[in-house]
Amino acid sequence: MQKTVKFLILLTFLFLIIVFYLSLGKDNSYNTENLIGKKIELIYFESFDNNDTLNTLDFKKNNLTLINFWASWCGPCRVEHPILMKLSSEKNLKLVGVNFKDNKQQAKTFLGDLGNPYDFLAKDSNGKQSINFGIYGIPESILINNELKIIKKFIGPLNKEDYKTILAYVK
Amino acid sequence: MLSNLGNIILFSSVFLSLTLIFFSFKEINSTGEIISKKIYKISLIQSTLILFCFFTLISAFIISDFSLIAVYQNSHSAKPLFYKISGTWGNHEGSLMLWVIILTVFSFLFLIINKSHPKNYRLYTLIFQNILILGFLFFILFNSNPFSAVKPLPAEGLGLNPILQDPALAIHPPLLYLGFVGSSIYFSAAMASLITNYSNKFFALSIKNWVLISWSFQTFGILVGSIWAYYELGWGGFWFWDPVENASLLPWFAMTALFHSLLVLEKRNLLYFWVIILCLITFILSVMGTFLVRSGILNSVHTFASDPSRGLYILFFLSILIFSSIFLIFKKYKKNDYSINSNSKETFVLINNWFMMFYLLTVLIGTLYPIFTDALSNNKISVGPPFYNAVIFPIVILFLFFMAIGPKTKWIKNNFNNLKSFIVILFFSIVINLLITFFFKSYTILSNLIIISSLFLIISSLLDLKQILIRGKFDLARVISHLSFGFLIFFIGLNHNFSIEKDFNIKVGETKSFEDYQIELKNLEIKDHQNYKAIIGNLSINDLVNGEIKTLKPEIRIYDKPKTLTYEAAIKTNFLKDIYITMSNIDRSEFYNIKFQKKPLMIWIWISVICLAFGGFLRTFQNAKNS
Repeated sequence: MQKTVKFLILLTFLFLIIVFYLSLGKDNSYNTENLIGKKIELIYFESFDNNDTLNTLDFKKNNLTLINFWASWCGPCRVEHPILMKLSSEKNLKLVGVNFKDNKQQAKTFLGDLGNPYDFLAKDSNGKQSINFGIYGIPESILINNELKIIKKFIGPLNKEDYKTILAYVK
Repeated sequence: MLSNLGNIILFSSVFLSLTLIFFSFKEINSTGEIISKKIYKISLIQSTLILFCFFTLISAFIISDFSLIAVYQNSHSAKPLFYKISGTWGNHEGSLMLWVIILTVFSFLFLIINKSHPKNYRLYTLIFQNILILGFLFFILFNSNPFSAVKPLPAEGLGLNPILQDPALAIHPPLLYLGFVGSSIYFSAAMASLITNYSNKFFALSIKNWVLISWSFQTFGILVGSIWAYYELGWGGFWFWDPVENASLLPWFAMTALFHSLLVLEKRNLLYFWVIILCLITFILSVMGTFLVRSGILNSVHTFASDPSRGLYILFFLSILIFSSIFLIFKKYKKNDYSINSNSKETFVLINNWFMMFYLLTVLIGTLYPIFTDALSNNKISVGPPFYNAVIFPIVILFLFFMAIGPKTKWIKNNFNNLKSFIVILFFSIVINLLITFFFKSYTILSNLIIISSLFLIISSLLDLKQILIRGKFDLARVISHLSFGFLIFFIGLNHNFSIEKDFNIKVGETKSFEDYQIELKNLEIKDHQNYKAIIGNLSINDLVNGEIKTLKPEIRIYDKPKTLTYEAAIKTNFLKDIYITMSNIDRSEFYNIKFQKKPLMIWIWISVICLAFGGFLRTFQNAKNS
């Protein structure tokens, strides 16, 4: 009996230390980088303007799709917008904008002022769909191919380097 | 220059520790009961050198010597002197120096204070303590050396994290370390006691004051951290069950259990192995807490730059502590057949220990569970306040009743001839609670029970206090601590039930009204400070009940080095309530988000904890005087 107890005590501590050891290598901050190479989830989007819906399977039609999460209240979104405008002229690439937790009127003014680069504009008024996508801050963009695999994730505003990276995939 | 000096001292300290271990072993085998002078001398030199080494590091911070990595990464020449100094221990490397200081100074003090105890017991304590010191010196030298040189010499430092630039946080680490690093000395003493079979009440006497001192400092350290979180982090709460807060609470539970069961060992010569286990567990939990905080496994305001090699080292050290403790206990454990009367003070002390172990396990499981699920199944979950509140608070009710009754019981065999007085106390507790709900506001059944049980403890402790004032008794320290704990729970209960919280957006010139308050954002000021720029909101709070108008000025601070925004709460405190306001900006909008809170009796929560810790200091002082 005593031996069993001793053995169990040892085992408990050993287990504890092994778990601690396993946790050491892990990145504890929530990071969506590890989604690269994985297939995106099946998610339904509501259209920004009407009652249409689009689901992620529709992206199979496109060679490449860049899903961009943005909002009118987000300063950095304004910064990256010219890059999205430039990308919108690429034939091989479809742009999907997801308007995140925004006021519809303000979002419209934003696009009115800066131009609308999106081939399809969806809304995510309460931010739920975006979370399923593994978004933790905006702006964020996801580049996927026609097999719906995530090729690249861009956390934060797109910059010139990102623009070149995307172009390299498109061409 | 300072870099070389620091490294030389660190290496000399390693040498001194090895010498101490060597000479101690030599003396263990020698005859005679007296420890030779040279051991005292080496131990004194060792503590002095380590202190000197620490002052070297502080000087490097004061003169902003950026050739040292710790200074470069955590200081800036434009920082106020006070924060240059506190920056010394506000980072991983520097704080390890604080660890080593407490390890060595406690080691020296334990050696010179406990002269009446057996030679071998003291020498083994010294040996174990020096093994711990060596462990930390190696950690500093080979992994986290604050004296590492930066080449080429940087022109400016990176600055100290702004939320750490705060007076409360400057004293928080030293206090907390005196608590949980201080527990190292009774870890070593417990190991020595197992080896030398020094297991009677005199062993209890040799560690009693160390347990009390570390407990008192731990209590203070937790308090200061909590006060800091209250006014700095801006959520308006004082305890969040954050894993890092829990890490400081776990050794506290073990210490509390320990000094209660030490009473039984001292008075009745019972529970020896249980006392030993608590001694060992306290320090192991402290090192585990350090591991969790320093390895980057937990995410919190304490997270030091994540570096897995650090975690690996502490984990290795922790494993050695755990397995050597288990090994010694298994080897020396003897089953003692003793019977304790179920109605005796011994039983009540054990009840205290059961409660403490229950709290300890609850908090431990809550803290480790998310780490387990993440490591084993990649599933990220978080265990938050609802879990702790649901599990811990109902049990507190029973605990408070036992805490009131326990001290009034007798050793060996008790008879409840004071049952009538308990019923009277209970009656008054219920009446006072009814009056509170009648005149102010009703609350849940659970809250009612918590308030009643805390009143029960308060009233019965007050009666004890009256007895002491009349007759004069040694028990004053206990009464103060128990009374303060009763008040603590009482004020937390009322604070919880009578708090008001309101969140809204407001722009300059606008007025908002809710409940009994009217709030106006009059204007905004911008002020330049030495190390930050502040946007100050000028809010006037009109209390419609008594017509009082207060002005509160919450701030948004923009720090330059490193570039960070912090939100400073504006708090107006009086004896009845705190008015608490934080302000944050909303991007691209003229509106500001205001969080308004009325927190009744906040100051009494802090005062209760101060008195609680004071009880510990008082008992230590009384013990020292008596011996």
